[in-house]
Amino acid sequence: MKMVTAIIQPYRLDHVREALTGIEVQGMTVTEVRGYGRQKGHTEIYRGAEYQINYLPKLKIEVVVDDRLVDNAVETIAGAAKTGKIGDGKIFVWDVETAIRIRTGETGNEAL
Amino acid sequence: MIDSGDTAWVLTSTALVLFMTMPGLALFYGGLVRSRNILSVLMHCAAICCAVSVLWFVCAYSLAFADGNGLVGGLGKAFLTGVERDAVYPATGIPESVFFSFQMTFAIITPALIVGAYVERIKFGAVLLFSCLWLLVVYAPIAHWIWGGGWLAERGVMDFAGGIVVHVTAGASAGVLAAVLGRRTGFPDQVEPPHAPWMVMVGAAMLWVGWFGFNAGSALAAGSDAGMAMLVTHLSAATASLVWMVIEWTRFGKPSLVGLVTGTIAGLATVTPASGYIGPMGGVLLGLAGGVLCYLAVDVIKRTFRIDDSLDVLAVHGIGGATGTLLTAFLVLPTFGGIGLAEGVGAGDQFVTQLIGVAAGLGWSVVATFVLVKLTQGLVGLRVREEEEIEGLDYTAHGETAYKL
Repeated sequence: MKMVTAIIQPYRLDHVREALTGIEVQGMTVTEVRGYGRQKGHTEIYRGAEYQINYLPKLKIEVVVDDRLVDNAVETIAGAAKTGKIGDGKIFVWDVETAIRIRTGETGNEAL
Repeated sequence: MIDSGDTAWVLTSTALVLFMTMPGLALFYGGLVRSRNILSVLMHCAAICCAVSVLWFVCAYSLAFADGNGLVGGLGKAFLTGVERDAVYPATGIPESVFFSFQMTFAIITPALIVGAYVERIKFGAVLLFSCLWLLVVYAPIAHWIWGGGWLAERGVMDFAGGIVVHVTAGASAGVLAAVLGRRTGFPDQVEPPHAPWMVMVGAAMLWVGWFGFNAGSALAAGSDAGMAMLVTHLSAATASLVWMVIEWTRFGKPSLVGLVTGTIAGLATVTPASGYIGPMGGVLLGLAGGVLCYLAVDVIKRTFRIDDSLDVLAVHGIGGATGTLLTAFLVLPTFGGIGLAEGVGAGDQFVTQLIGVAAGLGWSVVATFVLVKLTQGLVGLRVREEEEIEGLDYTAHGETAYKL
C-alpha cells in the first residue's frame, strides 16, 4: 500500500474530496500547513510599510491506498486540485509498511 | 442641583469611555502586534486600567481637580476625603462621584495609549512603574492646567475633551519612550505584520462608539453641546477614514482595512479638542486635516527619524491632537459653524493661546517622560532580553499562549 501526500490550495479541498469519493477512496487526513515553492509568497502593506509574506497557507491531504489504486488516486487528486496557476501544489507517494484499524484490529488492505 | 438627565448621560459616557480601553484599545493594539505578543498588549491595557483606577482614588484625582495652585491641585481630595455622597460637582448638574469616575476613565486611557510605543519589547514591571509615575507627574498636573482651573485654563486654552490633556501628552511621551527604549529587534526590515487585521477593526469600531462618550460626555450635560459634539466627532472619524482609504488606494492600488481604521482614529483624535466648540463643517475639515497630516506623520517618524513608535502613537494621537487643538482657534468661528470666541478675542489671539497650550503640554510631557523613563530604567530596567523578545512576551512575561493551534 502507498501513502499519497498532496499539498494543495485550501479552496480546492472539497473538489478533491468529491473526486476521491468517486473512485472509492474511503478516508483522508487533512492538515493546515504553510509553505512555498516557486510561488514565493506575496507582499502586504500596513500603514505604508511593506511586509513580505513568505509562507502561504496550504492544505496537506494524506490518503493511504492499495497499490493497484495509486495511479488512479494520484491522477484524480491532480485533476481535482489543479487550477493552472502557480501555487497549485505537489503530490508525493510513499511506501506504507502496514495499516491497522483501531476499532477491530483488522490489518492490511482490510484496514483501509 | 443634580439634573437626572445630565447625570444619566455622564454615567453612560463613563461606561463608554471605559469601554474604549477595555477592550477597545486593547483589541486595536492587540491585532497590530505579532500573535506571540497579543496577550502582553491586552495585559498592559488591563493592568494599567486597574493601577490607574486605584491611584486616581488615592491621590491623582485630587492632584488634577482639587484646589491647589496654578500648576497642580492639592491633596485635599485624596481618598475622596470630604466629598459627600450627594456632593455636586461645581458648575454642573452631576454628582461629584460621577465626575470622578468619568475623569478616571480618561486618566486610564491616556497612559494606555502609550502602550503602542513600547509593545513587543518592554518589561512588564517597567510598564506598571512608568505608567503610575506618569499619571502623577504628567497627566494629573496637565489635566489640572487645562481642566482643573490651572494656568492654561486661566489663559483661555480651549481643549474640550483632551486634545492636549490626552492626545498630545500621550503622543509626545510615546515618542520619547520609543526613542529611549530603542527599536524592536529587526526594525524596520524584519518586523512582522499585524497578526489579526480583523481585530484592529473591531477595536477601532469600539473606540469610535466609545468616543461618543469621550467627546459628547465632556459636555457634562445632556443637551445641544453634547449633541453637536457627538455629531462632529462622527463626521471627523468618517472623513479621516475616507482620506486614508483614498491615499492608500492611490498609492498602493489597494485600500487596506488597517489603513481605513487608522484614519478613523486619526479623525477622532483630531476632533477631540474642538468637539464642543465647532460645527459639522468643522468636523469634516478636521477629518481632512487630521487624516492627511497623521498619514504623513507615520512616514516621517518611522522612515525619516527611524523611531520605532511601533503603533504610531505620536503620529496619530500626538499630531492629531495638536492639529485639532490649533485649528480650533479658527473652526470655533461662526463662519465655520462654531460657537464663536469670547468678546474681544480674535482667532489669531486664540491661535497663540492654543499654541501655548500645545507647547506646554508637549514640553512638560517630553521633559518629565524622559526623566521618568530613565528612572524606570534605573529601578527595574526597560527592555526584556533579546531571546525573550524573539520568543514573545506572552509566554516569557506572562506564562501564557494566545492561540493553541
